[in-house]
This record gives sequence, C-alpha cells and structure tokens, in this order.
Amino acid sequence: MTAEQILFLLTGALILGSALMVVATRKLLHAALWLVAALFGVAILYAILQASFLAVVQVVVYIGAIAILFIFAVMLTRREMRDQGQQTRTNWWIAALLGLLILAGLVFLILAVPGADRLPAALPEGLDTVRALGNALVSPEAYVLPFEVASVLLLAALVGAVYIASVGKKD
Amino acid sequence: MSIPLSWYLILAAALFAIGLFGVLSRRNAIAILLGVELMLNAVNINLAAFWRYLDPAQMAGQAFAVIVFAVAAAEVAVGLALIISVYRRRKTVVADEIDLMKW
Repeated sequence: MTAEQILFLLTGALILGSALMVVATRKLLHAALWLVAALFGVAILYAILQASFLAVVQVVVYIGAIAILFIFAVMLTRREMRDQGQQTRTNWWIAALLGLLILAGLVFLILAVPGADRLPAALPEGLDTVRALGNALVSPEAYVLPFEVASVLLLAALVGAVYIASVGKKD
Repeated sequence: MSIPLSWYLILAAALFAIGLFGVLSRRNAIAILLGVELMLNAVNINLAAFWRYLDPAQMAGQAFAVIVFAVAAAEVAVGLALIISVYRRRKTVVADEIDLMKW
C-alpha cells in the first residue's frame, strides 16, 4: 500500500459514498450538496491522474456552475415535494437490480480485459499537458471540429434554455 | 504511480451503476438529472484514466473529456429550464405526472 493507493481508496470512498447519498437522500437540496462532494472527489481523481486542466475545469464548471444551477432549480421548485411524499418509485428494486447487474457485468469485463492491471508510464520528458491539450483543441489535424461543434451546441443550448424558461407573453 | 488501471475502471463502473439507479428509481425530475450527472462523471473518469495509462502524448482522452463537460453543461441548462417551465405551468416536478406526450 503506497500513499497514492491510500489516497485513491479514500477518494473512491468519498465519491461512492456521496453518490449513494445523492440517489438515496430524501431532501433534494441535500442531494445537490452531496453531488458537490462527489464532483469534488472526481476532481481529486483528475489531480491524481495528472490531468491538471480537467481538475480545474471540474471545479469551475461542474461545482461552480452546474451544481449551483441544480441548487437554484431545487429552490425554484421547492414547494412541490419538499420533505413529504414518496421520493422513489414503487418498483425501485428493479432499478437496484439493474444497477447491480450492470456493475457486475462491467467488473467482469474489466477484469477479463488483458492489460487492465497495467501501471502508468511516466509522463514523457518535457510534456506540458495543458499546452498540448490547448494545441490539440485548436489544431486542424486534431480536434478543432469537435471543439467547434461543442461551442455551437453550448450556444444553442443557452438560447434554448433562455427561450424555454422565459415567461412567454401568452401566459 | 502505483495504481492499476482497473481500479479507475471499477470505480467508474460503480459510479455509473449508482447514477443509473438514481435515474431509474427517483420520481423527482431534478433528481433524475442528478443521476445523469453522476453517469457523465463516470464516463469522464474513464476518459481521463485511459488518456493517462495508454498514451499521454495523444490528447484524445482529455479533449473528449472537455467536450463531455460542454455537453453536460448544455444538458443541465436545457433540462433544468424544461423542468422549471413545466413546474410553472403544471405545478409538478414528478416525472410520472408530466405525461402530456405519453399515450
């Protein structure tokens, strides 16, 4: 057990425990806060993986924007099923069974794949991952097209969200 | 660097299964979106882990993780806007009761 493995196991326990609270807790606001904890654990994983840009983006975009958006939405729709009322469907055990089946199948597949127990090689000498990622995202030989498609998608989603959520003149 | 690749994959699989359970079992539409977020994060862990363990000089894994971030942001923005719009008109956020297009 090296220090890194212990850190990974602690982070994994944080992520899975928070994720279980997200799907199990009754109060939706608490679920959103547990989601923040889970997302923070994933940011720690990115840091362990030396994906520094992803770790920062995870904190800024996911925790800073998406989780806050969730909390706003919970507060705007709060009166509906605040603390009383059934939170899960009556046949939730089918969902649990399906989740366990998928987990078992995935773990079986992962352990069967050759090379799944490989260890990472050291990063190549002088590789600046942030600079390489930035170059890859705007280079025509690499990912400029998916990058632009993502930009158009974000713009369309922004306009659509404003249109859908705005109070129309007819109402 | 002493963590085998399979640890990351199994952790991501467990996170995906938990998110799937949330999506399938919760009645509140916002809680369903929370489950979708967990599943997207599981995918992102896999992308980052494969980038690091297979070929760090190729930025494919990180580039697609960034695109998944953008798609997740778009999905949440539109999804929550829809839920708030439905709540304003029908006074409900229970997915079962939003059945106008179901027949």
